[in-house]
Amino acid sequence: MLELLSFGPNGWGGQLLLGTAMTIAVAVSAFAFGIVVGSLGASAKLSHGVALNVLADVYTTIVRGIPELLVIYLLFFGGSGVATSIAQAFGYDGRVDLNAFTIGVLAVGLISGAYSTEVIRGAVQSVPFGQIEAARACGMGRWLILRRVLVPQTLRFALPGLGNVWQLTLKDTALVSVTALAELMRVTHLAAGATREPFLFYSAAAVLYLLLTTVSTALFARAEQSANRGVRRA
Amino acid sequence: MHRHPPVSDTAPAAVVVEDLHKRFGELEVLKGVSLTAREGDVITLIGSSGSGKSTLLRCINMLEIPDEGRVVIGGEAIALKKARRGRVTVPADQRQVERLRTRLGMVFQSFNLWTHMTILQNVIEAPVHVLGVPKAEAIDRARGLLDKVGILAKADSYPVQLSGGQQQRAAIARALAMQPKVMLFDEPTSALDPELVGEVLRVIRQLADEGNTMILVTHEMGFAREVASKVVFLHQGRIEEEGAPDKVLTDPDSDRVRQFLSRHLSGAA
Repeated sequence: MLELLSFGPNGWGGQLLLGTAMTIAVAVSAFAFGIVVGSLGASAKLSHGVALNVLADVYTTIVRGIPELLVIYLLFFGGSGVATSIAQAFGYDGRVDLNAFTIGVLAVGLISGAYSTEVIRGAVQSVPFGQIEAARACGMGRWLILRRVLVPQTLRFALPGLGNVWQLTLKDTALVSVTALAELMRVTHLAAGATREPFLFYSAAAVLYLLLTTVSTALFARAEQSANRGVRRA
Repeated sequence: MHRHPPVSDTAPAAVVVEDLHKRFGELEVLKGVSLTAREGDVITLIGSSGSGKSTLLRCINMLEIPDEGRVVIGGEAIALKKARRGRVTVPADQRQVERLRTRLGMVFQSFNLWTHMTILQNVIEAPVHVLGVPKAEAIDRARGLLDKVGILAKADSYPVQLSGGQQQRAAIARALAMQPKVMLFDEPTSALDPELVGEVLRVIRQLADEGNTMILVTHEMGFAREVASKVVFLHQGRIEEEGAPDKVLTDPDSDRVRQFLSRHLSGAA
């Protein structure tokens, strides 16, 4: 039976490995996209502009308030249409078809970004204002303060929360299997159907997901340690 | 007792403040304050809490933007303009503010060292990234300054590993690293345990003796008397009395100053 999991001619090992690689690709891209969206969302929430505040609130309320599977369906069936109208607004005539990978990254990234928004907003607010004032008093400009003081300090407060968001993002990629993208969950599903050994393959998938989350948790712990230099006594 | 020599009236003005007003909402904290610090002056600002002395100091480097009045640094007036339908005053040219701030070293009550950097990194940060000093040169100078304030051994420690007094001395070194024309001290010893106050005052006194121009908000009356070339007493947003330390702190004209001193001098040297 274990031959089914092997890399031999009858085994699904190679497929599972490719699926795992695809899962990592979707998760990393979506998480990175989510951090960008989250940073913009957090700055919108913290800005003094009322329109930006409302916009960011609407975004996080909608995305966090509807099932994640529904976000993926909405993007799968509506995403290409929206992309086409945007392209047409810029004078492009043809139709834009987003592939399953792009839709997966966008959908999971938007979900991830909504949670990152809240994590980053809280972290920015945790940075003592004196740290910023000291930078201003030395003649540092906005971007220099952002790069040299605010981001490193924010990261320290945001990393534990972002670690959680990463785990959620990684697991949410399984939902993208409904778009037939060949990530780990989809491959497992196909293998289970073809071999009639669903329990074996779903167990194998569980082990693989667990491996990914365990390794990444350790990496985040190490990152936290390095970002916390100067906070805990060495 | 040691005394600061008087500064000539013809020495060039390092900082000029003219008719400064500052409101926080309904509360008017500064109600028209004018002050001149000439090169070599050590001015101590004293007064009860809420008298506006910290706000005045923070207006000089635009950490607070005054609602009315003028601030002139080394002969250059900071340009301000009205924004949002004339309700708020903002700098007309942020670049100018940033440039003038590099000539004003600021030391805060709560040190405000950057916690994610070592002491040495704190000291070289602004010289390297704002002034563009080559890193090796900045490190050399930073080591010299840390030695001067007596914490060279802590160069590679993080702020959290230092005592309050050591952190404040590091913060003074950070401000000095910019080679400022004027040093601003905002209650530099108020957050310190009593036994750590002395080591910080010693460093500030040394800077005064070297002829640095300084404006200092403090509650240490004995120290104010020793280092100051001029003492300024603020009361409810106005200057109540100013003059030579021996005059203001021992024989003031104002009854308010007299009352304040009787409350504060009892414990001081």
